[in-house]
Amino acid sequence: MMPDLGKYAVEVTLAYAGSLILLLALVGTSVIQSRRAKKLLQDTEGRQTDG
Amino acid sequence: MSIWEYANPRKFMQTTDPLVAPAFWLAAACLGVGLIWGFFLTPDDYKQGSTVKIIYLHVPSAMMAINVWVMMLVTSLVWLVRRHHVSALAAKAAAPIGATMTLMALFTGAVWGQPMWGTWWEWDPRLTSFLILFLFYLGYMALWSSIDNPDTAADLTSVLCLVGSVFAILSRYAVNFWNQGLHQGASLSLDKEENVSDVYWQPLLVCLAGFVLLFVALVLLRTRTEIRLRRIGALEMKERVG
Repeated sequence: MMPDLGKYAVEVTLAYAGSLILLLALVGTSVIQSRRAKKLLQDTEGRQTDG
Repeated sequence: MSIWEYANPRKFMQTTDPLVAPAFWLAAACLGVGLIWGFFLTPDDYKQGSTVKIIYLHVPSAMMAINVWVMMLVTSLVWLVRRHHVSALAAKAAAPIGATMTLMALFTGAVWGQPMWGTWWEWDPRLTSFLILFLFYLGYMALWSSIDNPDTAADLTSVLCLVGSVFAILSRYAVNFWNQGLHQGASLSLDKEENVSDVYWQPLLVCLAGFVLLFVALVLLRTRTEIRLRRIGALEMKERVG
């Protein structure tokens, strides 16, 4: 249940929504880049071992 | 045992491997508790109404915006003096986190300022120095990505970081230097009399801990990514040569 934010409901909701989007985008891109780099390194090291 | 052992990429990867996930979980727990406590369980301020709830996002993000740059300054100095690659990569890894925190502080400040000051933006000392700090973050990231040689990029971005530190310090103390503008003084102080009321202060402390832990988790994760990318580059170079 949402608290009663009164006449500033739009501003408070906007601040929280915008901030959460920014934080989630930062965490999401960091995790995706990390997984991608880990996979790429495994592939490259595997190629070197095979070759 | 010396602290410089951790500048060895292999040692850094081994040491930080078990730390990343717990740091993320602790950060999520602190942020969850702090934001739910602050948003749902604290009263409206008698002057600012419910906009006081923005403090749980605005103050921690502003604090991190400055502190991330200070961390980058320390790691850049370590690179310039001791030439440890991990420290240069840690600074590179921290920059997008700092930029996001600065953008978040500017955004929540504008949204908070509109109903309280009657304007989204004012060329106030603290607001302006924060905007300049944000531009420094963008410039720092752009410089890293525009130079192919990683050591040259680390050198030049370290110098940029030293210059930008002036604005990081200005952002923190702008209100004290210029006793004018709309922005109030520091919300956080060691002097209890100057702090916000306890009812807001306690959840704010939990949120601050959450932001610090989130930064630790992210900077470890991103530094590990940078080390892996550097290793991939070295292996590919070896493939081409050999």
